[in-house]
Amino acid sequence: MKKQLSFIFGLLMLAISQAQAVLTIEITQGVQGATPIAIVPFAWAGNNAPPEYMNKIIAADLQRSGFFNPLPEEDMIATPSEAGKVNFADWRALKVDYVVVGKMIPQMDGSFQIQFQLLDVYKGKQLAGYSIRSRKPNLRITAHQISDIIYKTITGVRGAFDTHIAYITVTKNRKGQKLYRLAIADSDGFDEQIIYESTQPLLSPAWSPDGKRLAYVSFFGGRPKIYIQNILTRKTEEISGFKGINGAPAWSPDGRRMALTLSKDGNPEIYVVDLKTKKFTRITHQYAIDTEATWMPDGKALIFTSDRGGSPQLYRVELNRQSKTIGRPRRLTFDGNYNARASVSPDGRRVAMVHREQGKFQIAVLELKTGRFQILTKSRLDESPSFSPNGTMIIYATEDKYHGILAEVSVDGRAHQRLSLQNGDVREPAWSPFK
Amino acid sequence: MGKGFKYLLIAIFVVSLAGCKFSPVKNRVSDKDAAALAAKQQKQKEAENSAQDQRYGAEMGGSFVGRELEDPNSPLAKRVFYFGLDSSTLSPEDRNVIAAHARYLSAHPKVTVVLEGHTDERGSREYNIALGERRARAVEQLLLVQGVPSSQVQIISFGEERPVALGHNEAAWRLNRRVEFLYSGY
Repeated sequence: MKKQLSFIFGLLMLAISQAQAVLTIEITQGVQGATPIAIVPFAWAGNNAPPEYMNKIIAADLQRSGFFNPLPEEDMIATPSEAGKVNFADWRALKVDYVVVGKMIPQMDGSFQIQFQLLDVYKGKQLAGYSIRSRKPNLRITAHQISDIIYKTITGVRGAFDTHIAYITVTKNRKGQKLYRLAIADSDGFDEQIIYESTQPLLSPAWSPDGKRLAYVSFFGGRPKIYIQNILTRKTEEISGFKGINGAPAWSPDGRRMALTLSKDGNPEIYVVDLKTKKFTRITHQYAIDTEATWMPDGKALIFTSDRGGSPQLYRVELNRQSKTIGRPRRLTFDGNYNARASVSPDGRRVAMVHREQGKFQIAVLELKTGRFQILTKSRLDESPSFSPNGTMIIYATEDKYHGILAEVSVDGRAHQRLSLQNGDVREPAWSPFK
Repeated sequence: MGKGFKYLLIAIFVVSLAGCKFSPVKNRVSDKDAAALAAKQQKQKEAENSAQDQRYGAEMGGSFVGRELEDPNSPLAKRVFYFGLDSSTLSPEDRNVIAAHARYLSAHPKVTVVLEGHTDERGSREYNIALGERRARAVEQLLLVQGVPSSQVQIISFGEERPVALGHNEAAWRLNRRVEFLYSGY
């Protein structure tokens, strides 16, 4: 008995230590493998196939994060749909740390009641359980919300599955013209919705901090201009249409200002515009390229690309509330001769960028405090990194068989994932803020 | 040094260059490439110009007939200039041809030109927009310094958004790092 108890205690300690390991995954390199979890197919009473396979959506989400290793369905010994019917010994035998069970119950009004429970296999207890009412068009979103709950409960970090990505696609229309589209989709690339299309180039989508609007650059009318479009209402406002470049829009964290690039004074310079008063303040004064500004999360500094030192590198400049610069821009990157297009992690600790190494363009991350520099990707045409709102993943554009595709990498470089979208080229992903 | 004297010097320089034959510069685009490219560009331009949101109207019109521009043996037939990686520097040969364009523009004040700057597909897009503009501006500066009024010249950068060569290798990239002359009003 005593032996058995100590064995169980040992297992418990193992489970706890694993849970802690997951918690610290972001900053520790020593974590071995992903946490095994089983997402059991949700019970479904209907005669036809269920409207969505919730378990598959959840398992794909968790797998994509790199923190979890979902058990393949065919390896499951049993498919219980509620905690009371779970035989924990079965799942221990399968070396699974957590089990998720659930059911989808059709309601009279056509909606669905979705119940799920997250169980700790070694402790033999429930960690989370919810009942959610959802309708058919929203079932995928409900599944992402369940993924978020599971992720948060186990890792302690807020999940970012129930978020969106915006991106640009390029296809050809029937006349053979290029067709540029700005689209949004769920964070897993499903349920694409096109919000703007043009036969002229379209680039640099940027989310407003409230997640309701997108800024972008369109060449409609023959010249690049910056627009803000409300995603729901389609209402569009021209923000900047000066002579020359109007590019690289970036919202301030409070949504009141926007950093952008204008070349009206002769060469590309960073400006900040107050979106209410439309007052433009010039930030950089350099006979070089200054562009691709992005804000620090506290709104007190910008990080931007400049080739003032002879090659494109990232610089940082401090700003006050009136968008007046404090001191001179300071160079941040020193590895290699090409570091551009910064994306700052939501906690302000890391900067992702496009880095050139031996002629290859890859995504790299710089830790601001320690100066630690890490190349995360291995292909040759990687660009446009964008942090997930919880800071754990970076989505970026790359190529596959000469087509532009989107891919994700975890900030520690361990988990790599490609997003499969439709035909044509996909580029410039931008991850939305939390809902 | 007076402005007039400066222009005289440039004019002498240009005239003296015009008489010389230049050996081909390394890494330059071959004639065959250029011919294929020109055909491709023509096709693409036609497709682009039939777009709903067309960019360049012909409203500047006029009865001027620009024979010189249509002469395939004139230096003015060369309307695309290529650049090295990360570079906005023009070769001496190209500077010479651009000087001929400058003379043409000075002599034909009703003619306007749009200089389109482009880059290859590598690296970040907004930086490439800036780099394309720098290339277009380098050409513009050559025109202006030779006396072309700025009202006759416009620049625009498309960065990497409008490649003419669709490959993903150096052969395509070097064709895409370019500035194009688009004349109107002749």
